[in-house]
Amino acid sequence: MCLGIPGQVLEIVDDANSIARVDVSGVKRNVSVALVRSEGIAPGDWVLIHVGFAMSKIDEAEARETLKALQLMGDVYTDELKLLHSSQIE
Amino acid sequence: MKFVDEYRDPELAKRIAAEIARLSEGRPLKFMEVCGGHTHTIYKHGIEDVLPRSIDLVHGPGCPVCVLPMGRIDDAIAIARTEGVIFTTFGDMMRVPGSKGSLLDAKAEGADVRFVYSPLDALKLARQYPDRQVVFFAIGFETTAPSTAVTLLRARAEGVKNFSVFCNHVTIIPAIKAILDSPDLRLDGFIGPGHVSMVIGMRPYTFIARDHHKPVVIAGFEPLDIIQAVYMLVKQISEGRAEVENQYTRVVRPEGNMRALEAMARTMELRPFFEWRGLGFITHSALKLRPEFADWDAELRYEVPGLRVADPKACQCGEVLKGVIKPWECKVFGTACTPETPIGTCMVSPEGACAAYYNYGRFSMAAERDHLRSLSQTP
Repeated sequence: MCLGIPGQVLEIVDDANSIARVDVSGVKRNVSVALVRSEGIAPGDWVLIHVGFAMSKIDEAEARETLKALQLMGDVYTDELKLLHSSQIE
Repeated sequence: MKFVDEYRDPELAKRIAAEIARLSEGRPLKFMEVCGGHTHTIYKHGIEDVLPRSIDLVHGPGCPVCVLPMGRIDDAIAIARTEGVIFTTFGDMMRVPGSKGSLLDAKAEGADVRFVYSPLDALKLARQYPDRQVVFFAIGFETTAPSTAVTLLRARAEGVKNFSVFCNHVTIIPAIKAILDSPDLRLDGFIGPGHVSMVIGMRPYTFIARDHHKPVVIAGFEPLDIIQAVYMLVKQISEGRAEVENQYTRVVRPEGNMRALEAMARTMELRPFFEWRGLGFITHSALKLRPEFADWDAELRYEVPGLRVADPKACQCGEVLKGVIKPWECKVFGTACTPETPIGTCMVSPEGACAAYYNYGRFSMAAERDHLRSLSQTP
């Protein structure tokens, strides 16, 4: 639950509600970018996601390193991805 | 150093560990981390094996699943059993034992309990099932509270009336204060939680340095982050400093996430007090919904027992959460209490010290015992 997972913003799908489609290790789902919107969020940007919310904008190199580290965590990360996969945020 | 090759930069990790040894000069130092993610990293990557033996990492009340007292689980189950309710929760909470079974047991007996990834998924369920009542079991520190807050704001904006939140969000600072005021433990510094700090920033920790003269270093979640944070703590101590420093600058801004704090302030307010497992009642340590959000407050909508339930006698989660004992020092650790049949919360969540230790740390248990024995024999 407290795991932050990096995702790349694909597009803003609901401007009014600040919902963006992101790609997390190939899983494409919607998350809220309401809490990082003031940092200027555009397609291609990387964000750190907690329970369906982008909480921080991060640079690409950091995102890739974090992904590598998460993959080493094994089950904890694959379980989080499974949960994200089940998510249907609109 | 079994896992050292998994580190971002193994050579650097070794160099820093050597520098920690040099700076600390064998002086025993005890640092507490107050984040379940850190606890997990420490055990998973065998960080205690990399650091000099004189450095003792103590695990504090940083796992939100672990600190929730049994009475609140019973309340959650009572709501879940209410006719017509769809009770939604993060997966971690499913197997946490209440006084009469877990949410998973309630589900097996017919309650409609569902996992969700996000509070926004719970809100979506409410829209999907307008004839049912959807309740979200909100738990977590400041990392997850903003997501509950934004979801509440959206529920109100969209007029979703069949959605409510059972709010159990807690705040980290009062728990740290309680630890510092407790006579049980003498600490030399804190490894500050990375993702909580991403929300609250650095300023809330100032009192630890100013009033208690203990250094705080906010750290990231990779093995190298933790080792670096320990180095920064030892360096402060060796130079006679006690400051709040940020090792996790790639994510944590000094001021935190203002939007997130704002969303929390709009929807939630401090409770006068809240019970924490192991730490007892702590004033102003948890959040409830503001009166403006009464229509979305499950605590007002449903009758809950609201009873204080003592932990099972055999369970020593309380002492583990305060860092007074190590997981393996608990009498039921690994015997009556395992991740499959947990007695206490610390064995349920992967962020709990007991579960992390059970899954990764058992091999070094013997080594740690020998080490402690040798320390106690040192004149």
